[in-house]
Amino acid sequence: MAVMRYQQAVRLAMTEEMRRDPNVFLLGEEIAQYQGTYRVTEGMLQEFGERRVVDTPISEIGIAGMATGAAMAGLRPVAEFMTWSFALSAMDQLINHAAKITYMSGGRIQCPVVFRGPAGVGTQLSAQHSHSLESWFAHTPGFKVVMPATPADAKGLLKTAIRDNNPIIFMEHAGLYGLSGEVPDDTEFMIPFGQAAVRREGTDISLVAYSRGVQMCLKAAEALAKDNISAEVIDLRTLVPLDMATVVASITKTHRAVVVQEEWRNVGFAAELATRIYEQAFDELDAPVERVAGADVPMPYAKNLERAAIPTDADIVAAAKRALA
Amino acid sequence: MAKTVVAPPTEDNISRAEMLDLYRLMLRVRRLEESVYRKFHEAKIGGYLHRYDGQEALVAGIVPQLQLPQDKILCTYRDHAHALACGTSAREIMAELMGRATGCAGGKGGSMHLIDPDKGFLGGDGIVGGPIPISVGVGYALQYTGSKNICVCYFGDGAMNQGGVHEAFNMVGLFKLPVLYILENNKYAMGTSVQRSTGQLDFVLKAKAHGIAGERIDGMDVLNVRRIAERVIKQIRETGEPYFLDVECYRFFGHGIGDDNTGGQKFYRSEEEVSKWRQRDPISQILRDLKHKGYINDEQIEAIEAEIKAEVEDAIHFAENSLEPPLESLYENVFSE
Ligand SMILES: Cc1ncc(C[n+]2csc(CCOP(=O)(O)OP(=O)(O)O)c2C)c(N)n1
Ligand SMILES: [Mg+2]
Repeated sequence: MAVMRYQQAVRLAMTEEMRRDPNVFLLGEEIAQYQGTYRVTEGMLQEFGERRVVDTPISEIGIAGMATGAAMAGLRPVAEFMTWSFALSAMDQLINHAAKITYMSGGRIQCPVVFRGPAGVGTQLSAQHSHSLESWFAHTPGFKVVMPATPADAKGLLKTAIRDNNPIIFMEHAGLYGLSGEVPDDTEFMIPFGQAAVRREGTDISLVAYSRGVQMCLKAAEALAKDNISAEVIDLRTLVPLDMATVVASITKTHRAVVVQEEWRNVGFAAELATRIYEQAFDELDAPVERVAGADVPMPYAKNLERAAIPTDADIVAAAKRALA
Repeated sequence: MAKTVVAPPTEDNISRAEMLDLYRLMLRVRRLEESVYRKFHEAKIGGYLHRYDGQEALVAGIVPQLQLPQDKILCTYRDHAHALACGTSAREIMAELMGRATGCAGGKGGSMHLIDPDKGFLGGDGIVGGPIPISVGVGYALQYTGSKNICVCYFGDGAMNQGGVHEAFNMVGLFKLPVLYILENNKYAMGTSVQRSTGQLDFVLKAKAHGIAGERIDGMDVLNVRRIAERVIKQIRETGEPYFLDVECYRFFGHGIGDDNTGGQKFYRSEEEVSKWRQRDPISQILRDLKHKGYINDEQIEAIEAEIKAEVEDAIHFAENSLEPPLESLYENVFSE
């Protein structure tokens, strides 16, 4: 085990996989010479050279297409979007091409490509730089959607992503890059998709989240404990595939749930999660599922409005108390 | 045959007052950017912040010649200068940067999204290449209504590599729309030099490929920009056809505030290169010209500095004493009434 930051764990996963498999290569904006906008790819050009760490122009359609095509032709590209907000112009390549080619070809084409990068809100980055849009990708058949919440998961899930034979949407959270934690040294440390993690055990209520939402839930659980409320925190890790068994097992114990997402509330992933809970555990529930999510507005710049638009641990505490009232 | 007297290219028919205006506008931009930087480091301004230092001639040489607000301007996130040149007050700019209700977007936009439609300024854009497809529609609307007005669309060298740009250029070239493209060619997109980002460095050729005429010009000399813009704007008004200017310039600071903090600059350009370009500072150049012509003396220079300092300080005072937007406004403006 080594203690490292989330951002370093992402780099470690890519580095180990590139050492293992010569067909893995990286492409993206400012990832090579500049060492990455968030320094995620620091030193990788130096180790692997220009052929395997490719600086691209600011051409997201080109990046998505190059990665998809290279995967169709047998390589294992890891494409970085400087942030997921910038992936929007590449949506056609992603959704109409990368996500569908395996199915459209009757399974004759494999598309082992990872699209990764920071997602989610920053601080005062305003309307065009604060997206993750995981719900859009989870909505699309053909993508696996991965959103790690800890440094160890960043490593273990990214390695699994790179070895998977399908297009993977791998969303890091810029707000987690600095988070430190223990990360296994084992170069075969892999976390399988579709296995949620119970981050904290509890008996009174289940808090279900992913990505940075997990860290908020852990804080909320701390606060709830002071009021003698025992909250269980579940980290979904992957939205597709989704591990409902762990969620249902938890609710069978607690009988109450809060589902959390940072993105816009309307038609978001948390709504899917709540529906599945109703479908699969209705009889276990003692209260309606509570939903905590971002405000349905383009992200405002002003500090006070932004604060009001982004869900917080206090919102989770309040939701838990409503469910328990 | 009578001899025509052609003025040598460096001599302009420009009055003292006009020259002083160019100097004043560029200096206002520079001093505003400097103050904005200070305020960012005092944590009064947040988010991303991109300075225009070094590129002032691209707005000063063009925007004052427009018929605002009927003409329209679009630009990138590096937009403080454009707003100021369009006539947005330093107060409203500073208040927006500080996220106050009195800002030009009510605090909702911030540095990358300054906007002032009453002044013809249709705003900055945080997405590289984002404004260029929009320029097609703005140009079409201007043509549609039969006006002689034009749209000026600014964007960076990095944006030339966005797919949307080529769709837009093709449509503007096809429909012959009154759009003036200003490529703010400061040689870098973040840390990527133009040599490292395109297989065809002749940007004018790319415009021509889509049926848009254009030329490459020096953007460090405001008189040069002004002279060429005067001709080109007139031509667009007369013909209704688009034009493309690849304007060579240089940004004196890092890409944005983060680039400066991390010393990211050292990965892509040398101190020597920066200081070489700083010697062509557009503000120093026009000041030299003004002095050379005897249009300005030390006392006047000081008076202009003092006047601008007062404007900036007033803007800061105004912004700092303005209220944050009310919380109820969070859900306002998602839709128009
Ligand atoms: C579609 C998109 N991709 C990436 C970014 C991140 N980004 C912001 S500015 C920038 C560089 C743009 O360079 P250029 O177009 O030359 O303009 P300059 O900053 O030099 O004025 C990049 C990559 C973005 N905002 N939008
Ligand atoms: Mg540039």
